[in-house]
Amino acid sequence: MTTTLDIRAYHLRLPDTARPVLAGVDLTVDARETVALVGESGSGKSLTSRSVLGLLPHGATTGGTVEVDGEDVLTMTPDRLRRLRTSTAAMIFQDPRAAINPLRRIGDFLTESLRLNAGTGARAATDRAVEMLEAVGLSAAVLRRHPGQLSGGMLQRVMIAAALMGDPALILADEPTTALDVTTQAEVVALLGDLRERFGTGLLFVTHDLGLAAAISDRVYVMYAGRIAETGPAAALFERPRHPYTAALLNSTPRPDAPQGRLAAIEGRPPGLREDLTGCSFAARCPLATYLCSQQAPELLPVAGEPARRTACHHTDRIGTRGGADA
Amino acid sequence: MSTTVLRRPGLARIRTTRAPLQHLCLGFVALVVLAAVLAPWIAPYDPNRIELGNALAGPSADHLLGVDASGRDTLARLLTGARTSLLGPLGVVAFSTLAGVAVGVTAAWRGGWLDSVLSRSTELVFAFPGMLLAILIVSVYGEGLLAPVIALAIAYLPYVSRLTRSLVLAERGRPYVEAYQVQGHSGLQICLRHVIPAVTPVVLAQSTVNFGYALIDLAGLSFLGLGVPALTPDWGRMVFDGQSAVQHGYPLSAVLPCAAVVLTVVAFNVVGERWADQVARRDR
Repeated sequence: MTTTLDIRAYHLRLPDTARPVLAGVDLTVDARETVALVGESGSGKSLTSRSVLGLLPHGATTGGTVEVDGEDVLTMTPDRLRRLRTSTAAMIFQDPRAAINPLRRIGDFLTESLRLNAGTGARAATDRAVEMLEAVGLSAAVLRRHPGQLSGGMLQRVMIAAALMGDPALILADEPTTALDVTTQAEVVALLGDLRERFGTGLLFVTHDLGLAAAISDRVYVMYAGRIAETGPAAALFERPRHPYTAALLNSTPRPDAPQGRLAAIEGRPPGLREDLTGCSFAARCPLATYLCSQQAPELLPVAGEPARRTACHHTDRIGTRGGADA
Repeated sequence: MSTTVLRRPGLARIRTTRAPLQHLCLGFVALVVLAAVLAPWIAPYDPNRIELGNALAGPSADHLLGVDASGRDTLARLLTGARTSLLGPLGVVAFSTLAGVAVGVTAAWRGGWLDSVLSRSTELVFAFPGMLLAILIVSVYGEGLLAPVIALAIAYLPYVSRLTRSLVLAERGRPYVEAYQVQGHSGLQICLRHVIPAVTPVVLAQSTVNFGYALIDLAGLSFLGLGVPALTPDWGRMVFDGQSAVQHGYPLSAVLPCAAVVLTVVAFNVVGERWADQVARRDR
């Protein structure tokens, strides 16, 4: 299996912050693989996915490598970066209503990139657009509509069709279902799964919905405060978390069969960007934290007995004694 | 939309949503433009034909609006004068809009030091009176319409560039711009194909308002004898030529071009500001 996306020891630092926003992220997506990146708001998951397309915040400094199809995005020339965006990697945005120019027809939106940047003829581009629209379950009549005339779910399908236009090796989906209602969410998720099978693209799915991540992904990365806390095959990871943060997250998932009362939540707040961080970033909220945790940041190491899983915790063998063993 | 078209004090009060005035002004603008276009065919006489024996004659069947001190037909000069009087401001507006949009888009899109340099240097022009700049350039380059037009275009450029900059800044922050970036479009393509069309209506409304003011400025310059050559029919020039007639008790040949200037400026302002209100969806 070839590796489509390979992020290694990726650091990202912004001006005016005391600690790196991303501190040593390691992440891979293979061809035909769906990988979920989960974490709470501000954990750095969107920044990670945007970095893959070279969309860095103003004034950011980076370290490490972000390789797409073997080429490092961080050191690319602007020309090469544009070619990558046109044909190798594509992104599906959170809110399709905002991400599509409301003044232009859907046809323009879909074909413009091919016509302008890949040099495809207008006819061939339109044919391709029709093919992709059909693949996402829309008819060719949509081409002549304006975004305002379509529903949110239809627009997100258009967005997915646009992402497929350049036949990309990798699709980055940044919370693609957050702006949609629940039934449309399910449709879009099913569609993404189908398309991945059919077109053989790798999919990096950024979400804060654990249930969704469990349902669609092969592997999961759990991110906390700019670091990967835990990673592994989706089923095993949710079955038996090896990091107290994952365990606590699963514990706070609302369950319809749970007894009435307050929802479980993780105590405290994620660390701010303005204060420096020593030791494990989760230590302040962790029930298992010891003196060691506050002094030394744990490395992301393979879990004993489960080589496909890695976790960044000093006390991974103690998890299950309390917290999320029942999740 | 938080950005408003810049208005100069004074005439700004004449804006109204009452339809009749708006339509009246639109009609007047159309009339003046039509007169300017058709002047060579509808003017009753050659605007420079001199009938000294008939000088300062009042309105008659032969000369509907009378004759000036040099015996030239006032109606013919008004109609032909509309050409110069509208062409000048048109040049000012065309140049200041094109250059202003270019400066504004560049400043907003690139940001950083380039934004600072462009914004501060155009704001410097604000501090320098446009008329003074025009007089300076005319005195260096001599007679002709081009020098005052370029001078005023530079004076009006900051109004356009500042407005464009703020509009583009707002537009650039919208997610669809990023979506195009992610599809591999270059900044130039996104600006030309998406951002500029989106901000165009508001910028053109500002330019229409500018048109009226440029007309006043140019008429003022030619009244002072700067800019248009002496024999060219021009409203500002006609007011200047009519001074002696006013002193002799025959005000018509000076008052009519005055009225033409004032009415045209008011009409362009009402139309432009109403347009600006409409594109900005402000109800007033």
